[in-house]
Amino acid sequence: MSTNLSKQDPTGDSQVGTTPEVTGTPSADTARRRIGSTLVRNGLLMLLAFVGIALLLETLSPFRVSQLGVMAYYLPAIAGLTVLTGLNGQISLGHGALMAVGGYTTAVLLERQEGLPFLLVLLISAVVAGVVGLVVGAAAARLHGPYLAGATLALAVGLPGLALKFDEFLGGDQGLRVSPPRAPDGIESFYESLMGDNLSGQRYLAYYGWIIALVVLLLLSNLVNSRYGRHWRAVRDDEVAAELAGIDLGRMRVQAFVVSAVCAGVGGSLLAVVTRLIAPTSVTIVLSFGLLTAIVIGGLGSLLGAVIGAAVLVFMQQIITDTGLDAGLDASQAANIAPLVYGVLLIVVMLAAPRGLVGTVRMAWSTRAAARRAGA
Amino acid sequence: MEKFLNITLSGLTVGFIYAAFALCLVLIFRATRLINFGQGAQAMFTTYIALELINRGASYWIGLLAALVSGFVIGGLVERFVVRPVETGPEINAVIVTLGVFIFFVALAAVVFGNTFESFPSAFSLTGLQVGGLDLALTRNELYNIAAVLIALVLLTLLFQFTSLGLRMRAAAFGQEVARLLGVRVGQMLTLGWALAGLFGSLAGILIAGGTLVSPNYMDGVVVFGFVAAVLGGLDSFIGAVVGGLVLGLTNSYVSGYAGQELITLGALAILIVVLLLKPGGLFASSVARRV
Repeated sequence: MSTNLSKQDPTGDSQVGTTPEVTGTPSADTARRRIGSTLVRNGLLMLLAFVGIALLLETLSPFRVSQLGVMAYYLPAIAGLTVLTGLNGQISLGHGALMAVGGYTTAVLLERQEGLPFLLVLLISAVVAGVVGLVVGAAAARLHGPYLAGATLALAVGLPGLALKFDEFLGGDQGLRVSPPRAPDGIESFYESLMGDNLSGQRYLAYYGWIIALVVLLLLSNLVNSRYGRHWRAVRDDEVAAELAGIDLGRMRVQAFVVSAVCAGVGGSLLAVVTRLIAPTSVTIVLSFGLLTAIVIGGLGSLLGAVIGAAVLVFMQQIITDTGLDAGLDASQAANIAPLVYGVLLIVVMLAAPRGLVGTVRMAWSTRAAARRAGA
Repeated sequence: MEKFLNITLSGLTVGFIYAAFALCLVLIFRATRLINFGQGAQAMFTTYIALELINRGASYWIGLLAALVSGFVIGGLVERFVVRPVETGPEINAVIVTLGVFIFFVALAAVVFGNTFESFPSAFSLTGLQVGGLDLALTRNELYNIAAVLIALVLLTLLFQFTSLGLRMRAAAFGQEVARLLGVRVGQMLTLGWALAGLFGSLAGILIAGGTLVSPNYMDGVVVFGFVAAVLGGLDSFIGAVVGGLVLGLTNSYVSGYAGQELITLGALAILIVVLLLKPGGLFASSVARRV
């Protein structure tokens, strides 16, 4: 599946700390054609990816299916974060908190407004997270580097406090239970006639999550390839040059933050639905660190890297937690080996291969290609 | 009135500890222009080392000493082996690395010492003092906290202002190239600066823990408060850090006393944003504010 997606990532070539390639200015006509073809190409890739995911969901064990469901809710948030950090140069530790905003909105809406279509709930959750993102982003636009990290860290540490303060409404420590969506009758009967089998609730949720996640990836991949993406990268690489070119720095930063927050809100909404619960314990600071680790492993700014990072996060977490339990640790100790590894990975990747997996592999390829050309 | 007085008093005592923590961040920022987000986690880890010793029968003071020494060592090691390689790279890489240090130590403490709440002994009595028939929320232990921070502050000032080592450290922080030309071992000075910050952070960690419960996450809030306090003071001023710490301690105390304990971190976030929007260089910044 990862090879399917490799071509649709148009941005991994410019990593943090490198300057982007200089492209000529194509005429408006060719630009339009190019965007059109990008959309079509990415759409086809997403369809292929969907077929691949469907094959996996149909053949894997229920446990693996549930893991894929978890990956589906990480994916939008990670993709949004990698766009923000990798392409716009803004670091955020607040994405766990923004996921909480999306998740709590979903939970509250489902609890109080029974019968609302899930897609609508998801959209509202994304919008609410986007509004919070607008407020944070407006402040963040004037901050940089460590200041931004500190401010968003405060958000991540502080926001769960709201759930405790308004415990009548937001469920306090216990959080809110979420009744997961049932497949609409039409889809259920279609699935039955196609597969000759019942669509289990868990499998439906995994499908639901992945379709949303792929749509988010599709939209993001087009966005980063557009004028907006170029402006965001310009702001990251050279503030003065971007400003001279007529780009409004603050506006671009806020835009990137809002887009990224909307993605986190979608992820949070999926999290609430897939895990059937939203509570302060499900959106701790460790979640934000997990998201950061995923984008660092995959390679900052790369959507393919975001997919790889999400996969590593989900499957590695299970493997190392199991290893810890086998080694005789108790459940809560074993659960902390994963964040321990996050810490080690954040440090080691940054010291050894700051471009992450995708960036490093791509570098090696282009170096080899250049060497071959020089030799020939 | 008594409530207000007591809230103010406890705000001031907590403020001194935030100030101590903010001072470590300033110490590091002056030397390397970095924020060490791992500072709180390092301090938490050394507090656990002290607790482990105390639980095995050592006295509070032995525990304190062990924490300070291990804080010094950890701080130096982190600078030399983790931060040094990214010091010259993009700013964001260094931020990510110190965040890695943060989560590493928090998780390590949870794995090694268990992810539970444990009570940490206090050095002195925790009953409130009585002054002229008024029950104050000020305890002997809190007086000890204030005294400890002040003594450490004086020692630090003496070191920086009146010793040759302090002069070399200031030179290294002021201009690496020039200092190197004049024969200062800049690398050693940076490591020493981080080690001192680690020591100071450990002191703050132990003082905060005294008489309360500790868990691997107990410093998370303090990291935020120390950071806000340091930014409030302009990040490169020692006096600014102390004032910032006190201001933040008071605000937290009022928010907690009148609005609710759960909201103090968001209150700190609000202060941070207001300060950065109105006076990006902090209240006491000596350097010129950044343009864009």
